[in-house]
Amino acid sequence: MTIVQKILARATGQSSVAVGDIVEPRVDLAMSHENAALVINQFREIYKGTGREPIVWDPERIAIIFDHRVPAESSKTATNQKRIREFVAAQGIGKFHDMRGDQGGICHQILPENGYVRPGQVVVGTDSHTTSHGALGAFAFGIGATEMAAVWALGCVFNVEVPATMKVVVRGVLPEGVAPKDIILNLIGRVSAEGANFKVIEFHGDAIRSMDTSGRLTICNMAVEAGATSGIVPADEETVRYLREVAGVTGELDVVTPDPDAAYSEVVEIDASSLVPQIACPHTVDHVKAITDVAGTRVDQVVIGSCTNGRLDDLAVAARLVKGHRLASHVRMLVFPASWRIYKEAMQRGYLSDLIDAGATVMNPGCGCCLGVHQGALGDGEVALSTTNRNFKGRMGNPTAEVYLCSPAVAAASAITGVITDPRG
Amino acid sequence: MATVVLKLGNDISTDHIYPGRYMATVLPTETPQFAFADMAEFNAMLRSGAVSPGSVIVAGQNFGCGSSREQAASTLKGYDLVIVAKGFARIFLQNSANLGLRTVISPDLEASEGDELELLDDAIVNRTTGQRASVIPLPKARQAIIDAGGLIAYARQRLLA
Ligand code: SF4
Repeated sequence: MTIVQKILARATGQSSVAVGDIVEPRVDLAMSHENAALVINQFREIYKGTGREPIVWDPERIAIIFDHRVPAESSKTATNQKRIREFVAAQGIGKFHDMRGDQGGICHQILPENGYVRPGQVVVGTDSHTTSHGALGAFAFGIGATEMAAVWALGCVFNVEVPATMKVVVRGVLPEGVAPKDIILNLIGRVSAEGANFKVIEFHGDAIRSMDTSGRLTICNMAVEAGATSGIVPADEETVRYLREVAGVTGELDVVTPDPDAAYSEVVEIDASSLVPQIACPHTVDHVKAITDVAGTRVDQVVIGSCTNGRLDDLAVAARLVKGHRLASHVRMLVFPASWRIYKEAMQRGYLSDLIDAGATVMNPGCGCCLGVHQGALGDGEVALSTTNRNFKGRMGNPTAEVYLCSPAVAAASAITGVITDPRG
Repeated sequence: MATVVLKLGNDISTDHIYPGRYMATVLPTETPQFAFADMAEFNAMLRSGAVSPGSVIVAGQNFGCGSSREQAASTLKGYDLVIVAKGFARIFLQNSANLGLRTVISPDLEASEGDELELLDDAIVNRTTGQRASVIPLPKARQAIIDAGGLIAYARQRLLA
């Protein structure tokens, strides 16, 4: 069986499951952000007329993180957040992260860094990039708010079809200036935005084995941009190291790995050593080109951060490249670390001051400009170069603007020159 | 008979259907006002009541790709539209079943705005062009929820079971 088949078999108390089987896996962790406001509404709907009190199935397995609109950009959001806080208190929800410097950040960073996600778990989130948590060997996928309401009520996801698995083998050593982001952009460009629809992508190969958890989170984060239900990296020594050293997890870990004879729907091979920096061009994530094809394109706004590339290693790369330089005069650069913990570490290491000295605006951790809700909207016809994960029309708040996606190294190098620039020199 | 009121291409994302900046609006009763908000003309048509319930949006591959925002389904359900696409993204398809938004997968339908379609269980007949297009059944996992009339009703049944 593939790793996801194994996880689903265990979550349904069966010895095995086959692709296409319909199962109702028990949920280990159920994550929401501000859209918990809608989940709460739908949760109460389920109980209407039943004569039962709406009480969640397990408050310790529910995580709610405020990240999409922090601080609140409107009174409407503030009121939604207020209602969620009241619900969290009333239900005793354990894993709540308000917008506070001592606990806050983007949901897909908060879950791993607090040790909430473990190998072998079933994790669902009302966010499509819940695929990120496959980086720790869990089966993690996005669901809608009503689906989450049903999870809160009953503790399982209804009618899940066991997905087929695409195996992606990444071999070789990434050249200097080329990053995990380039691997996943290359894959999305090759298989297309729907190439892995309804499938899971299992990542293998020595380039993945030798990659740290931060890089694996970047790769699994964007698996959904190929349409995948989830991405997953089989847990290994690095997973255990991350969970122990970074996330502070103690006690036993249940490392699930795929069988050697697991059946895959297809195998895709990537030679990491031959990759060059990749750029996803407007307006689809699979419109991927080698940097050499788009170098020289003028940019107005450079964005570094998000759940995709807002971790310490990403900020380190960016700080190193801009240190001692100034942003091109027509460029504005926004940096938003993925969590306050990362923010503080980047501050202590001097990364933030290097970025600020170069002219960058360092923003609070949160989703900010990534989804075009507030902070850093684009003007008509403007061009953004961003380390985030989506470039759909209107994504950064303006349907006439263009968004290009890239690695932190490309973003930082380009911020200095004002045009898309190859960081390899 | 159902009229095609909008024809779209491939990879229509949830950002097209329901732009992120309106995501503070969550209630299914309030989301319809922002359907295709960045397509001002079509949005105005919907809001003026010029589109009758049961009208069809025809799209290409991967309709509803992108975010898990359920508003993308509830905003279309608000006008009782039917979405006929060559393919759908997973979460959107699931949200549609959960909310009772009708989705039909037809890989070979050829239709233009203004065409009249007859939606049968196993085929679509384009009455304007005469084409008979095939229909691929939805993933069977969703059928029980569709049959129950949506996930709220289904979850309620399960809760009481
Ligand atoms: S940073 Fe962007 S992609 Fe990540 S969770 Fe926030 S809005 Fe979604």
